[in-house]
Amino acid sequence: MSEQKIIEIEVLRYLPESDQAPHSEVYKVPFTDDMSVLQGVQYIKDNFDGSLTFRWSCRMAICGSCGMMINGVPKLSCETFIRDYYPRRISVEALDNFPIEKDLVVDLSGFIEKLEAIQPYIIPKEPRTVEQGEYIQTPAQFAEYIQYTSCINCMLCYAACPHTGLDPDFVGPGAMALLHRYNMDSRDGGQAQRMELAASEDGVFVCGATGYCSEVCPKKVDPGNAVNINKINAAKDYFLRFLSPKGGAK
Amino acid sequence: MKTRKRSNAPIFWLLFGGGGMMAALFGPMLVFITGIAVPLGLLLPTGTMSYPNMLAFAQNFIGKGFIFVVIFLFIWHAAHRTFHSAHEIGIHGGPLTKLMTYGVAAVVTVIAGVVLLGLGF
Repeated sequence: MSEQKIIEIEVLRYLPESDQAPHSEVYKVPFTDDMSVLQGVQYIKDNFDGSLTFRWSCRMAICGSCGMMINGVPKLSCETFIRDYYPRRISVEALDNFPIEKDLVVDLSGFIEKLEAIQPYIIPKEPRTVEQGEYIQTPAQFAEYIQYTSCINCMLCYAACPHTGLDPDFVGPGAMALLHRYNMDSRDGGQAQRMELAASEDGVFVCGATGYCSEVCPKKVDPGNAVNINKINAAKDYFLRFLSPKGGAK
Repeated sequence: MKTRKRSNAPIFWLLFGGGGMMAALFGPMLVFITGIAVPLGLLLPTGTMSYPNMLAFAQNFIGKGFIFVVIFLFIWHAAHRTFHSAHEIGIHGGPLTKLMTYGVAAVVTVIAGVVLLGLGF
Protein backbone atom coordinates (compact mmCIF):
# COMPACT_ATOMS: atom_id res chain seq x y z
CA MET A 1 0.00 0.00 0.00
CA SER A 2 1.28 3.44 -0.88
CA GLU A 3 2.03 6.00 1.78
CA GLN A 4 -1.00 7.94 3.05
CA LYS A 5 -1.03 11.46 1.60
CA ILE A 6 -2.11 14.39 3.75
CA ILE A 7 -3.57 17.64 2.43
CA GLU A 8 -3.99 20.82 4.44
CA ILE A 9 -7.48 22.27 4.11
CA GLU A 10 -8.00 25.79 5.41
CA VAL A 11 -11.68 26.40 6.10
CA LEU A 12 -13.29 29.76 6.71
CA ARG A 13 -15.30 29.28 9.90
CA TYR A 14 -18.07 31.49 11.22
CA LEU A 15 -20.26 30.60 14.17
CA PRO A 16 -22.89 33.31 14.54
CA GLU A 17 -23.46 32.54 18.24
CA SER A 18 -19.87 33.20 19.29
CA ASP A 19 -17.88 34.83 16.47
CA GLN A 20 -17.67 38.54 15.69
CA ALA A 21 -16.12 37.84 12.30
CA PRO A 22 -15.17 34.80 10.20
CA HIS A 23 -11.77 33.20 10.87
CA SER A 24 -9.75 30.42 9.27
CA GLU A 25 -8.93 27.01 10.67
CA VAL A 26 -6.50 24.56 9.10
CA TYR A 27 -7.12 20.80 9.13
CA LYS A 28 -4.75 18.05 8.00
CA VAL A 29 -6.83 15.63 6.00
CA PRO A 30 -5.66 12.22 4.72
CA PHE A 31 -6.92 11.69 1.19
CA THR A 32 -6.97 9.32 -1.74
CA ASP A 33 -6.82 10.36 -5.39
CA ASP A 34 -10.53 9.80 -5.92
CA MET A 35 -11.54 12.24 -3.16
CA SER A 36 -13.32 15.49 -3.92
CA VAL A 37 -12.94 18.66 -1.87
CA LEU A 38 -16.47 17.99 -0.61
CA GLN A 39 -15.31 14.62 0.73
CA GLY A 40 -12.36 16.40 2.35
CA VAL A 41 -14.73 18.77 4.12
CA GLN A 42 -16.95 15.83 5.11
CA TYR A 43 -13.87 14.11 6.54
CA ILE A 44 -13.24 17.20 8.70
CA LYS A 45 -16.84 17.15 9.95
CA ASP A 46 -16.75 13.41 10.70
CA ASN A 47 -13.31 13.33 12.34
CA PHE A 48 -12.26 16.76 13.63
CA ASP A 49 -15.21 19.06 14.23
CA GLY A 50 -18.83 17.98 13.96
CA SER A 51 -20.00 21.58 14.11
CA LEU A 52 -18.56 22.40 10.67
CA THR A 53 -21.58 23.33 8.54
CA PHE A 54 -21.96 23.18 4.77
CA ARG A 55 -24.59 22.32 2.19
CA TRP A 56 -24.37 19.30 -0.06
CA SER A 57 -26.62 16.66 -1.48
CA CYS A 58 -26.06 14.79 -4.75
CA ARG A 59 -22.22 14.54 -4.96
CA MET A 60 -22.53 14.54 -8.75
CA ALA A 61 -22.76 18.19 -9.83
CA ILE A 62 -26.48 18.29 -10.43
CA CYS A 63 -28.08 19.56 -7.20
CA GLY A 64 -26.15 22.82 -7.05
CA SER A 65 -25.81 22.80 -3.24
CA CYS A 66 -22.09 22.48 -2.60
CA GLY A 67 -20.73 25.66 -4.20
CA MET A 68 -17.73 27.09 -2.33
CA MET A 69 -14.82 29.41 -2.97
CA ILE A 70 -11.96 26.96 -3.50
CA ASN A 71 -8.62 28.79 -3.53
CA GLY A 72 -10.62 31.91 -4.39
CA VAL A 73 -12.50 30.39 -7.32
CA PRO A 74 -16.22 29.58 -7.11
CA LYS A 75 -16.56 25.84 -7.72
CA LEU A 76 -18.82 22.91 -6.95
CA SER A 77 -16.78 21.12 -4.28
CA CYS A 78 -18.13 17.72 -5.36
CA GLU A 79 -16.50 17.91 -8.79
CA THR A 80 -13.27 19.52 -7.61
CA PHE A 81 -10.57 17.01 -6.70
CA ILE A 82 -8.06 17.29 -3.88
CA ARG A 83 -5.37 15.63 -6.02
CA ASP A 84 -5.39 18.67 -8.37
CA TYR A 85 -4.22 20.91 -5.51
CA TYR A 86 -1.84 18.59 -3.64
CA PRO A 87 0.72 19.36 -2.26
CA ARG A 88 -0.51 22.96 -2.00
CA ARG A 89 -2.94 23.90 0.74
CA ILE A 90 -6.60 24.15 -0.26
CA SER A 91 -8.56 27.10 1.05
CA VAL A 92 -12.31 26.68 1.31
CA GLU A 93 -14.63 29.62 1.96
CA ALA A 94 -18.31 30.45 1.72
CA LEU A 95 -19.40 31.81 -1.68
CA ASP A 96 -18.42 35.44 -2.27
CA ASN A 97 -21.06 38.17 -2.50
CA PHE A 98 -23.46 36.43 -0.09
CA PRO A 99 -23.97 37.00 3.64
CA ILE A 100 -22.60 34.05 5.62
CA GLU A 101 -25.13 32.26 7.77
CA LYS A 102 -22.73 29.76 9.33
CA ASP A 103 -19.34 28.44 8.17
CA LEU A 104 -19.77 27.59 4.47
CA VAL A 105 -23.54 28.14 4.42
CA VAL A 106 -24.67 31.39 2.82
CA ASP A 107 -27.97 33.26 3.09
CA LEU A 108 -29.98 32.49 -0.05
CA SER A 109 -32.94 34.79 0.59
CA GLY A 110 -31.74 37.55 -1.76
CA PHE A 111 -31.22 35.05 -4.56
CA ILE A 112 -34.61 33.43 -3.99
CA GLU A 113 -36.28 36.86 -4.23
CA LYS A 114 -34.53 37.52 -7.54
CA LEU A 115 -35.56 34.10 -8.79
CA GLU A 116 -39.20 34.82 -7.94
CA ALA A 117 -39.02 38.28 -9.46
CA ILE A 118 -38.16 37.01 -12.96
CA GLN A 119 -41.40 34.91 -13.03
CA PRO A 120 -39.63 31.63 -13.87
CA TYR A 121 -42.58 29.85 -15.44
CA ILE A 122 -44.39 29.90 -18.77
CA ILE A 123 -46.81 32.79 -19.02
CA PRO A 124 -49.09 31.77 -21.93
CA LYS A 125 -49.67 34.31 -24.69
CA GLU A 126 -53.40 33.68 -24.32
CA PRO A 127 -55.46 31.35 -22.11
CA ARG A 128 -55.46 27.85 -23.53
CA THR A 129 -58.10 25.17 -23.09
CA VAL A 130 -57.56 21.44 -22.75
CA GLU A 131 -59.44 20.92 -26.06
CA GLN A 132 -56.74 22.87 -27.89
CA GLY A 133 -54.34 20.05 -27.04
CA GLU A 134 -50.65 20.19 -26.41
CA TYR A 135 -48.23 22.86 -27.57
CA ILE A 136 -46.30 21.99 -30.69
CA GLN A 137 -42.65 23.03 -30.64
CA THR A 138 -40.15 22.52 -33.44
CA PRO A 139 -36.56 21.41 -32.77
CA ALA A 140 -35.45 24.91 -33.82
CA GLN A 141 -37.76 26.53 -31.25
CA PHE A 142 -36.53 24.06 -28.62
CA ALA A 143 -32.91 24.89 -29.45
CA GLU A 144 -33.58 28.57 -28.71
CA TYR A 145 -33.85 28.03 -24.97
CA ILE A 146 -32.58 24.53 -24.04
CA GLN A 147 -29.10 25.75 -23.04
CA TYR A 148 -30.58 28.08 -20.41
CA THR A 149 -32.64 25.28 -18.83
CA SER A 150 -29.41 23.65 -17.60
CA CYS A 151 -29.04 26.10 -14.71
CA ILE A 152 -28.95 24.30 -11.35
CA ASN A 153 -29.14 27.48 -9.22
CA CYS A 154 -25.74 26.80 -7.68
CA MET A 155 -25.01 30.56 -7.56
CA LEU A 156 -21.37 30.20 -8.56
CA CYS A 157 -22.04 32.93 -11.14
CA TYR A 158 -23.17 35.31 -8.39
CA ALA A 159 -20.01 34.59 -6.41
CA ALA A 160 -18.00 35.29 -9.59
CA CYS A 161 -19.81 38.49 -10.54
CA PRO A 162 -17.97 41.68 -9.46
CA HIS A 163 -21.04 43.76 -10.31
CA THR A 164 -23.18 41.74 -7.90
CA GLY A 165 -20.53 42.48 -5.29
CA LEU A 166 -20.82 46.21 -5.98
CA ASP A 167 -24.61 46.29 -6.42
CA PRO A 168 -26.20 43.50 -4.38
CA ASP A 169 -29.68 44.26 -5.78
CA PHE A 170 -28.51 43.45 -9.33
CA VAL A 171 -30.79 40.70 -10.63
CA GLY A 172 -27.62 38.85 -11.56
CA PRO A 173 -26.44 36.28 -14.09
CA GLY A 174 -28.28 33.14 -12.92
CA ALA A 175 -31.72 34.72 -12.65
CA MET A 176 -31.20 36.50 -15.98
CA ALA A 177 -30.34 33.17 -17.64
CA LEU A 178 -33.67 31.79 -16.42
CA LEU A 179 -35.50 34.95 -17.45
CA HIS A 180 -34.04 34.48 -20.91
CA ARG A 181 -34.94 30.78 -20.88
CA TYR A 182 -38.66 31.64 -20.51
CA ASN A 183 -38.56 34.63 -22.86
CA MET A 184 -37.09 32.45 -25.60
CA ASP A 185 -39.68 29.70 -25.19
CA SER A 186 -42.19 29.70 -28.06
CA ARG A 187 -44.99 28.84 -25.60
CA ASP A 188 -44.28 31.92 -23.51
CA GLY A 189 -45.68 35.42 -23.87
CA GLY A 190 -44.26 36.98 -20.71
CA GLN A 191 -41.36 38.98 -22.16
CA ALA A 192 -43.06 42.37 -21.67
CA GLN A 193 -43.89 41.53 -18.03
CA ARG A 194 -40.32 40.46 -17.35
CA MET A 195 -38.93 43.52 -19.10
CA GLU A 196 -39.85 45.74 -16.15
CA LEU A 197 -37.18 43.99 -14.09
CA ALA A 198 -34.63 43.46 -16.90
CA ALA A 199 -34.75 47.12 -17.96
CA SER A 200 -34.81 48.50 -14.42
CA GLU A 201 -31.97 50.07 -12.49
CA ASP A 202 -31.38 46.65 -10.90
CA GLY A 203 -31.48 45.02 -14.33
CA VAL A 204 -29.10 44.08 -17.11
CA PHE A 205 -27.29 47.42 -17.31
CA VAL A 206 -25.60 46.88 -13.95
CA CYS A 207 -23.55 44.22 -15.79
CA GLY A 208 -20.16 45.40 -17.02
CA ALA A 209 -19.65 42.37 -19.28
CA THR A 210 -16.82 40.90 -17.22
CA GLY A 211 -17.87 37.41 -18.35
CA TYR A 212 -16.47 35.53 -15.34
CA CYS A 213 -19.99 34.25 -14.57
CA SER A 214 -19.99 32.16 -17.75
CA GLU A 215 -16.46 30.97 -17.09
CA VAL A 216 -17.31 29.46 -13.68
CA CYS A 217 -20.69 28.03 -14.70
CA PRO A 218 -20.48 24.24 -14.15
CA LYS A 219 -23.33 23.64 -16.60
CA LYS A 220 -22.13 25.82 -19.52
CA VAL A 221 -25.31 27.89 -19.36
CA ASP A 222 -23.44 31.05 -20.38
CA PRO A 223 -25.45 33.43 -18.18
CA GLY A 224 -23.28 36.34 -19.32
CA ASN A 225 -24.64 35.86 -22.82
CA ALA A 226 -28.21 35.89 -21.51
CA VAL A 227 -27.56 39.17 -19.69
CA ASN A 228 -25.97 40.81 -22.71
CA ILE A 229 -28.63 39.69 -25.20
CA ASN A 230 -31.12 41.30 -22.86
CA LYS A 231 -29.20 44.57 -22.88
CA ILE A 232 -30.06 44.72 -26.57
CA ASN A 233 -33.67 43.73 -25.84
CA ALA A 234 -33.93 46.33 -23.07
CA ALA A 235 -32.40 49.03 -25.28
CA LYS A 236 -34.86 48.19 -28.08
CA ASP A 237 -37.68 48.31 -25.57
CA TYR A 238 -36.44 51.66 -24.25
CA PHE A 239 -36.56 53.36 -27.64
CA LEU A 240 -39.33 51.42 -29.38
CA ARG A 241 -41.82 51.32 -26.52
CA PHE A 242 -43.44 54.51 -27.81
CA LEU A 243 -44.12 52.84 -31.17
CA SER A 244 -45.36 49.53 -29.78
CA PRO A 245 -49.17 49.15 -29.83
CA LYS A 246 -49.03 47.58 -26.37
CA GLY A 247 -46.87 50.36 -25.07
CA GLY A 248 -44.08 48.06 -23.88
CA ALA A 249 -43.13 47.91 -20.20
CA LYS A 250 -43.71 50.91 -17.96
CA MET B 1 -43.87 43.10 -5.84
CA LYS B 2 -41.71 46.17 -5.52
CA THR B 3 -41.94 48.75 -8.29
CA ARG B 4 -38.77 49.38 -10.18
CA LYS B 5 -37.50 52.47 -11.89
CA ARG B 6 -36.64 52.07 -15.56
CA SER B 7 -32.95 52.58 -16.18
CA ASN B 8 -31.84 55.33 -18.57
CA ALA B 9 -28.71 53.31 -19.30
CA PRO B 10 -29.73 52.34 -22.87
CA ILE B 11 -28.90 55.87 -24.09
CA PHE B 12 -25.39 55.76 -22.64
CA TRP B 13 -24.92 52.09 -23.37
CA LEU B 14 -25.70 52.57 -27.07
CA LEU B 15 -23.33 55.55 -27.31
CA PHE B 16 -20.73 53.41 -25.53
CA GLY B 17 -21.33 50.52 -27.92
CA GLY B 18 -21.24 52.78 -30.97
CA GLY B 19 -18.03 54.38 -29.77
CA GLY B 20 -16.50 51.00 -29.06
CA MET B 21 -17.28 49.82 -32.56
CA MET B 22 -15.88 53.01 -34.11
CA ALA B 23 -12.76 52.75 -31.97
CA ALA B 24 -12.25 49.14 -33.00
CA LEU B 25 -12.83 49.84 -36.69
CA PHE B 26 -10.98 53.13 -37.09
CA GLY B 27 -8.90 53.71 -33.95
CA PRO B 28 -5.74 51.76 -34.80
CA MET B 29 -5.65 53.07 -38.39
CA LEU B 30 -6.16 56.65 -37.21
CA VAL B 31 -3.28 56.26 -34.76
CA PHE B 32 -1.14 54.86 -37.55
CA ILE B 33 -2.00 57.59 -40.05
CA THR B 34 -1.93 60.63 -37.76
CA GLY B 35 0.74 59.48 -35.31
CA ILE B 36 3.17 57.41 -37.39
CA ALA B 37 2.66 57.40 -41.15
CA VAL B 38 2.26 61.14 -41.78
CA PRO B 39 4.89 62.50 -39.32
CA LEU B 40 7.48 59.95 -40.51
CA GLY B 41 6.50 60.22 -44.16
CA LEU B 42 5.80 56.50 -44.38
CA LEU B 43 3.58 55.41 -47.26
CA LEU B 44 1.85 58.80 -47.33
CA PRO B 45 3.23 62.11 -48.65
CA THR B 46 4.36 64.46 -45.84
CA GLY B 47 1.82 67.10 -46.79
CA THR B 48 -1.13 64.75 -46.36
CA MET B 49 -2.30 66.44 -43.18
CA SER B 50 -1.35 70.00 -44.10
CA TYR B 51 -3.73 72.74 -42.97
CA PRO B 52 -5.33 73.30 -46.40
CA ASN B 53 -5.84 69.56 -46.85
CA MET B 54 -7.41 69.10 -43.44
CA LEU B 55 -9.56 72.21 -43.82
CA ALA B 56 -10.85 70.90 -47.13
CA PHE B 57 -11.52 67.54 -45.48
CA ALA B 58 -13.45 69.22 -42.65
CA GLN B 59 -15.43 71.31 -45.12
CA ASN B 60 -16.47 68.31 -47.13
CA PHE B 61 -19.84 66.94 -46.06
CA ILE B 62 -18.57 63.38 -45.57
CA GLY B 63 -15.26 64.48 -43.99
CA LYS B 64 -17.14 66.70 -41.54
CA GLY B 65 -19.46 63.85 -40.63
CA PHE B 66 -16.56 61.45 -40.15
CA ILE B 67 -14.64 63.83 -37.86
CA PHE B 68 -17.78 64.51 -35.82
CA VAL B 69 -18.67 60.85 -35.44
CA VAL B 70 -15.11 59.90 -34.46
CA ILE B 71 -14.89 62.65 -31.85
CA PHE B 72 -18.33 62.38 -30.29
CA LEU B 73 -18.67 58.59 -30.20
CA PHE B 74 -15.10 58.13 -28.90
CA ILE B 75 -15.66 60.61 -26.08
CA TRP B 76 -19.01 59.05 -25.06
CA HIS B 77 -17.37 55.65 -25.09
CA ALA B 78 -14.55 56.95 -22.87
CA ALA B 79 -17.02 58.71 -20.57
CA HIS B 80 -19.10 55.59 -20.01
CA ARG B 81 -16.03 53.43 -19.46
CA THR B 82 -14.58 55.95 -17.01
CA PHE B 83 -17.91 56.24 -15.17
CA HIS B 84 -18.09 52.48 -14.69
CA SER B 85 -14.41 52.08 -13.86
CA ALA B 86 -14.84 54.76 -11.19
CA HIS B 87 -17.72 52.73 -9.73
CA GLU B 88 -15.53 49.63 -9.73
CA ILE B 89 -12.77 51.35 -7.74
CA GLY B 90 -15.25 52.73 -5.23
CA ILE B 91 -16.14 56.15 -6.63
CA HIS B 92 -19.88 55.74 -6.96
CA GLY B 93 -21.94 57.57 -9.53
CA GLY B 94 -22.96 60.83 -7.91
CA PRO B 95 -23.73 64.07 -9.75
CA LEU B 96 -20.04 65.06 -9.75
CA THR B 97 -18.93 61.78 -11.35
CA LYS B 98 -21.66 62.15 -13.97
CA LEU B 99 -20.60 65.73 -14.65
CA MET B 100 -16.95 64.74 -14.99
CA THR B 101 -17.74 61.93 -17.44
CA TYR B 102 -21.02 62.33 -19.33
CA GLY B 103 -20.95 66.10 -18.77
CA VAL B 104 -17.52 66.40 -20.37
CA ALA B 105 -18.65 64.19 -23.25
CA ALA B 106 -21.71 66.37 -23.82
CA VAL B 107 -19.59 69.55 -23.83
CA VAL B 108 -17.05 68.04 -26.22
CA THR B 109 -19.89 66.90 -28.49
CA VAL B 110 -21.34 70.43 -28.63
CA ILE B 111 -17.93 72.03 -29.21
CA ALA B 112 -17.10 69.55 -31.98
CA GLY B 113 -20.45 70.16 -33.64
CA VAL B 114 -20.27 73.95 -33.42
CA VAL B 115 -16.65 74.16 -34.61
CA LEU B 116 -17.23 71.76 -37.51
CA LEU B 117 -20.33 73.63 -38.64
CA GLY B 118 -18.47 76.95 -38.21
CA LEU B 119 -15.86 75.79 -40.74
CA GLY B 120 -18.49 75.99 -43.45
CA PHE B 121 -19.00 73.77 -46.45
